Amino acid sequence: MPFTRADAADTQGLVRGGYGSLPEACFLLLRIADRAAARAWLATAPVTSMADLDAPQTRALNLALTREGLAALGVAEPVLAGFSAPFLSGIAGDGGRSRRLGDIGTNAPEHWDWGAGARKPDVVLLAYASADDLEAWCADLTASPFAAGFTVLERLPTAMLDQREPFGFVDGVSQPTLDWHSTPDPGEAAHVGYSNRIALGEMLLGYPNEYGLYTERPLLPPEQDPGALLPSAADQPALRDLGRNGSYLVLRQLQQNVDGFWRCVHARAGGDAAAGIALAENIVGRRLSGAPLLPAGARLPGVAADDVAQNGFTYDGDADGLACPFGAHARRANPRNGDMPAGTTGALARLLRNLGLVRQELRDDLIASSRFHRVLRRGRDYGAQLTPEQALAADAPVQAGLHFICLNANIARQFEFVQGAWLAGRAFNGLTDERDPLTAPRDGSTDGFSLPQADAAARRVADLAQFVTTRGGAYCFLPGLAALRWLAR
Amino acid sequence: MTPQAPFMVCAAIDPSRRAALEALLDGMTLRPGEADPQNALLPFGQFRQLHFARLVLLEDLAAASPQPPPMLALLGDVDGTEADFLADLAARAGDGLRQLFSFCPGFAPGTDPLAWMRAHAARPAANYVNWVGRTVQQVHEEAALHAALRARPPPATPAPPARAWAELVTWVRREAAAGRLTLTPPAPDPPGWRLGEIAHAAWMVVLLLAAAPLLLLGLLPYLWWLRRLESTDTPITPRPASAHTARLSAIEDYDVSNQFSAYGMVKPGRFRRWTLVFLLWAADGTTRHIFTRGRLARVPTIHFARWVFLDNRRRLFFASNYDGSLDSYMDDFINKVAFGLNIVFSNGVGYPRTSWLILEGAKDEQAFKDYIRKRQLVTAVWYKAYPGLTTYDLARNAALRAAIEGPSPTDAQARRLLQML
Repeated sequence: MPFTRADAADTQGLVRGGYGSLPEACFLLLRIADRAAARAWLATAPVTSMADLDAPQTRALNLALTREGLAALGVAEPVLAGFSAPFLSGIAGDGGRSRRLGDIGTNAPEHWDWGAGARKPDVVLLAYASADDLEAWCADLTASPFAAGFTVLERLPTAMLDQREPFGFVDGVSQPTLDWHSTPDPGEAAHVGYSNRIALGEMLLGYPNEYGLYTERPLLPPEQDPGALLPSAADQPALRDLGRNGSYLVLRQLQQNVDGFWRCVHARAGGDAAAGIALAENIVGRRLSGAPLLPAGARLPGVAADDVAQNGFTYDGDADGLACPFGAHARRANPRNGDMPAGTTGALARLLRNLGLVRQELRDDLIASSRFHRVLRRGRDYGAQLTPEQALAADAPVQAGLHFICLNANIARQFEFVQGAWLAGRAFNGLTDERDPLTAPRDGSTDGFSLPQADAAARRVADLAQFVTTRGGAYCFLPGLAALRWLAR
Repeated sequence: MTPQAPFMVCAAIDPSRRAALEALLDGMTLRPGEADPQNALLPFGQFRQLHFARLVLLEDLAAASPQPPPMLALLGDVDGTEADFLADLAARAGDGLRQLFSFCPGFAPGTDPLAWMRAHAARPAANYVNWVGRTVQQVHEEAALHAALRARPPPATPAPPARAWAELVTWVRREAAAGRLTLTPPAPDPPGWRLGEIAHAAWMVVLLLAAAPLLLLGLLPYLWWLRRLESTDTPITPRPASAHTARLSAIEDYDVSNQFSAYGMVKPGRFRRWTLVFLLWAADGTTRHIFTRGRLARVPTIHFARWVFLDNRRRLFFASNYDGSLDSYMDDFINKVAFGLNIVFSNGVGYPRTSWLILEGAKDEQAFKDYIRKRQLVTAVWYKAYPGLTTYDLARNAALRAAIEGPSPTDAQARRLLQML
């Protein structure tokens, strides 16, 4: 199932990239006030497609809808039921989910500014513009007849795009490469080691994923699409595919305690500025510049030639965590491992390992294979952007953070797995009493961070404060343009 | 060493009194589904030989037709023998057992709980123990050792690894002598146990060899019939109701470990039933004699698991205690041991279509996950003797202790040991 020109024109531009050439952006969280008026506006909304991005754009618009939004537009229950269970339940819909995601304590949905209870958005409007044009663009978008259909629940401003997230690190360095051609799976042997290239169906609905299967999305009988707006489903041609070229979009507002972060690492490093930065870099798992903590230069599948310096590495050569601590944020978020422990070569070795008939080291297979747990990150920062020195000198709390956005086709297996098992998890990779040192909540015993040492027990940094607080969140459906027309019909 | 044993007692309840039983079970918990170790009915925490325990109502959630009444199951994993534990349980919690079993027709006020438990024991067709011989006492003592080693201030002057390790061993000995650490030597093997295990393994091999000509002769017709069934058996994998998944989710992910209980129907007919009987027999052989040291094939995260035939082998009960959340547990299984899931569970009604018994099946990720969740039971009461500890923690702590009690390591070995802290 190749991805064609027509598909590019049907796919929202956010799938292709985060609009890096447009430095301004704001996200409007909308409630649908009137179904007919909302549909009318959506039908003519100038949504930016991937194909549009072949030419430089000065303005862009993308739209995503929550379950509540789809229902408010009149999508019938049987159609809704075709969406995945986490999407239908919602990011704050279940106490167990909140526990897994680390939305506990001060992160708990009951403390959120938006996204829980009565403050759930129906529609997320993502507006991007070139410098000094955002206000005009938003004014255009929300001009009549917009107000007849929507009310604005929350306006999430973003900072001017400058590559660095609020703690001061160059961010968004590593992204999976999508296999736009849906190349047939070459078989088990090809997945032994890490690859940065993943199946299109891991991000876009309507295409085969890493299992060679189609992820859950609503498929409709043709009579529900009399205008033939929707493409037919690749796996079930008799049905129309509401999901095709769409994705699930996860939005989370993550407030960053920037001055608190730098004060804490400075203090844990004994007040030495350089040691403080070194500790912060170990916590993040990359340098301030975004460079990896271990030598990069390996040619890996799915890592472009100009990206090798940043992403041409795995952690196979750092099995003891000496170059990059096991618990570092970047190592947790993507441990870069293949389906088999490093050094498994040959069909016989794979078979024996699968049968458990080889000697297995204590640490073997502690972490799942990366390829099933990747997301496309498309977030934007907000608030003041300071250097570490400025943050240390700040005399008032710095208001800043990240509007985290990621795209994936299977929320449970991708976003929730990375966030729950790897970042917020208390038992990642055999670590004890620690969660992600950068982004996770602290509850009593989980405030540590271990720095493995060559000849001694790991150096343990204790009493890390909580640096990131969840302020809101939503699970959305980022529809293809045809699906959007169907929703607005 | 002290081997581990599963125990399980299982009997039908009076369905009209189900709500009262559920309320009683609920009263045994501290938070939803999690046992109060000191609850008045079965104070699990007082039983030093008890690793895990649970109480769960067994019912076939996927079946459409009228069902036999649900059964109350009490099961767990202990050091020592099932008989010793049940006797201990009856002696120390007789009143609680009487209250619980009073919901089962046939249990009269004068019934002896121990005799009744023996009469209603359900033995697993296959059983898995993460580490044969590791006792609850050992787990606690080694966890205390690890915590003490981590809390020990780093030496003022760095020493080469072998010497640093030697100092650490001296320190541990001093702490032990002062009574601040206890490392009880393992108990001797039960009389004849090791010989019995060897004899059992030999018996399995002899049996397989003796049956080999018959098995080989039957293989072609068997495969022909299998492929026929695989092409005609209907996968039934609707998504479980959101209310059901919400109830399951409500009791999960408090600890680093979770429980899993599922109950479902075996496909009708002798072919599937005897396939399952044979495969579980073989699986039990591998878990008893091969996978006894921390891993089930490639999977390191299971503490205990069992497969139990019930309802005259018409239904299969599966229970496990595992690390991580259910979704990651299922991902791990799909990606590492799909063949193992398939050979057993593909004999269950509605399982995603397999090919040659081992291929596909669980690889149909979403269908498999829905199939599993649909049959998963809400475990009413679950007890874990060592909250917060994963199988990795247990294995690491045991390795540290073994090294402390073993011969002096080389510099390279000492380096690895120190890093494990």
